[in-house]
Amino acid sequence: MKYLDEFNDPELAASLFAEIERITTRPWAIMEVCGGQTHSIIRNGIDQLLPDTIELIHGPGCPVCVTPLGVIDKALEIASRPDVIFCSFGDMLRVPGSGRDLFQVKSEGGDVRVVYSPLDAVKLATDHPDRDVVFFAIGFETTAPANAMAVHLAARQELTNFSVLVSHVLVPPAIQAIASSPASRVDGFLAAGHVCSVMGTRQYGPLVERFGIPIVVTGFEPLDVLEGIRRVVAQLEAGTAVLENAYERVVSEEGNTPAQRMLDDVFEVCDRQWRGIGEIPASGWRLAPRYDDFNAELRFGVGAIDTPESDRCRSGEVLQGLIKPHQCEAFGTDCTPRSPLGATMVSSEGACAAYYQYRRLDAGPGVEVSLRQPAGAGSDRA
Amino acid sequence: MPDHPDVEAWSCPLPLRDYDRIVIGHGGGGKLSGELIEHLFVPAFNRGREVELHDAATFDVEGGRLAFSTDSYVVRPLFFAGGCIGDLAVNGTVNDVAMSGAQPIALSAGFILEEGLPMATLGAVVAAMAAAADAAGVGIATGDTKVVDAGLADGMYINTAGIGVVPDGVDIRPSRARAGDAVILSGPIGEHGVAVMSTREGLEFGTDVRSDSAPLHGLVAVMLDAFRDIHVLRDATRGGVTASLCEIATSAHVGLVFEERAVPVPPAVAAACSFLGLDAMNIANEGKLVAFVPPEGLDAVMNAMHEHECGRDACVIGRVVDDHPGVVVARTAFGARRVVDVPLGEQLPRIC
Amino acid sequence: MCLAVPGQIIEVREEQGTRMATISFDGIHKDICLAYLPDVDVGDYAIVHVGFAISKIDESSALETLQMFKDLGILDEELGVVDDDDAATEGATR
Repeated sequence: MKYLDEFNDPELAASLFAEIERITTRPWAIMEVCGGQTHSIIRNGIDQLLPDTIELIHGPGCPVCVTPLGVIDKALEIASRPDVIFCSFGDMLRVPGSGRDLFQVKSEGGDVRVVYSPLDAVKLATDHPDRDVVFFAIGFETTAPANAMAVHLAARQELTNFSVLVSHVLVPPAIQAIASSPASRVDGFLAAGHVCSVMGTRQYGPLVERFGIPIVVTGFEPLDVLEGIRRVVAQLEAGTAVLENAYERVVSEEGNTPAQRMLDDVFEVCDRQWRGIGEIPASGWRLAPRYDDFNAELRFGVGAIDTPESDRCRSGEVLQGLIKPHQCEAFGTDCTPRSPLGATMVSSEGACAAYYQYRRLDAGPGVEVSLRQPAGAGSDRA
Repeated sequence: MPDHPDVEAWSCPLPLRDYDRIVIGHGGGGKLSGELIEHLFVPAFNRGREVELHDAATFDVEGGRLAFSTDSYVVRPLFFAGGCIGDLAVNGTVNDVAMSGAQPIALSAGFILEEGLPMATLGAVVAAMAAAADAAGVGIATGDTKVVDAGLADGMYINTAGIGVVPDGVDIRPSRARAGDAVILSGPIGEHGVAVMSTREGLEFGTDVRSDSAPLHGLVAVMLDAFRDIHVLRDATRGGVTASLCEIATSAHVGLVFEERAVPVPPAVAAACSFLGLDAMNIANEGKLVAFVPPEGLDAVMNAMHEHECGRDACVIGRVVDDHPGVVVARTAFGARRVVDVPLGEQLPRIC
Repeated sequence: MCLAVPGQIIEVREEQGTRMATISFDGIHKDICLAYLPDVDVGDYAIVHVGFAISKIDESSALETLQMFKDLGILDEELGVVDDDDAATEGATR
């Protein structure tokens, strides 16, 4: 695919690896705040091939990872209702709520459907006027414009059987929360390139100023991720802290203005619970009151559902890079990919699930967890 | 858009009363059932031969081992680019039998039909099965039909079982995998799954990709002629190449390493996987196999495969190793190593 | 939230007042919403996420970036040969 394959070129990657190796003189911890970047890193083994002194900390950049338990429970409740067609992106179907997930609701007779786009859900509502169609509107700022358009179109078409369960999260407040934590080990951030293609880069300058850490807007293909890392390391080695854009072919400073206008109309900022981390003020979007008719929480009366998180799950500490997965007592015992306690084990790119795979290589299947870390993961500096 | 077999053009050889749809009675064992057998199934599966209908088909076999396999087909939609449930039902079971090195002799076909299924649809599926069976040189020797209430069975479900005779000196099973065996893949992957997915509600996309559904017993025969001591064969169906490799590694308790760059993925399959966030290695094929061959047989087997239409693009993708028994490791394009495992459930399109 | 891939717009149309397009990912055709990119037209490349084009690809910037990576390769070669003090390793070939 054009503008994709070229950024997967192994020879060019080798040059970038070599350059990063050449300029790295000290240990650095870099966090990527995007599930897509985490996927690219793990899929291609990028973390294994970086110098041992560079540690990549996988941040809370995946909607699967951060959707709070209470929101999942709301989704499960709505999806169980008899006249509802509950539509969701595929990522969410296996996320456990308090005891079940959407797949189980489906097996109990719930009409749960995977869609590629929120517009597919709007179409279902148009095609099935006798059913209540609900769309699970999760995601970061990248996905919000699509979800907003679905609401906008439903309003324009005066649909009375369409609603959305909204749980959007925002990247800049997350970076702020992580960087301001006294235990934070993060020296520099890779900002999420597609989030910035929508929102622009202006929100990140103030973060660089306030915390004195480099932030580099980064893409997703291996060469893009490596270039982002290279620029962060170059800054750290030089002692500078500025905002850079390493994804210029897609990201502009102002971002996508029509999308931002739609976001202003459909959503408003709210406080948001991040699973495993806790509440981060002003870090989420909810549906604006003018669209109350399309708010599934109101329509189905699930607003009061508020489930406390498992006290055994330490995914929040893992997401912030404060502990490694195997340092959690539940890892590999009560908490496995088959029976996850938290979302870092549910998502196959979650740090815990990724660690679970690697330990099999060291120890063999069915053997107790070894404390050896994957090569290239860096040292435990905590 | 997927091409459907022309159900309008199918014409019933003799009138089936005046039913243009399946009714409950067609599964009842009475006159309606009899008509379906006599005027649809028997002519389709026996091409003008005289047959005696009784409860079981019988065959003479020379002394040896029988291979026996079964599979059920519940694909939705029933018709997709490159095929339909009918050819899957024939080729799939032919291939299961062939993966033990046997040449298939005959299949059974059990139908569970949904009340209300258009007769023309059933006719088109049966015609496709007959054509696939002829192409594979296999008979459909016995069968059964049941009808269930409207709303069940998604149109139709088919079960086929197959028998075949394993030639002397052939011993193909997962536990024969040995360190040093080459892992061969017979051709490019992901076509069947992408063809079916492209018509699925909520995911539809336009593509020229067609199912690769094909009988592989001919390919297996030439491979065994070239080198008798092939260790393992597996058709890479549900779960794709990943499932095949992981199941063999687990059951034989051997380690496997393969090169990601060696696995052929057609550009259209790669593109579909890209925008949906799927891994081509996990996508179903219906005309591809993996073979584990000891080094001394590798050249002969590869040459034989390249001469056969189902193996023209055959390539070596990896090796069985002494390390990490039971675990499959991929070497990425960048030189890193990654443990590969089957997903917990079905692979789903992702946004993250 | 991040899986967005590049494709080429091959057709643009209005559907009930909304600007839609057919995009081609290497021959895979998908209907997507173009409402957020009013200036993008047939032949342009865009990044697509969950059925929406969210950003036009600046093709000259893409080529510049790739050229920069290629230049880095040449530079590294030179550095590797010239300077023995640097810890210039083979990177991915380890």
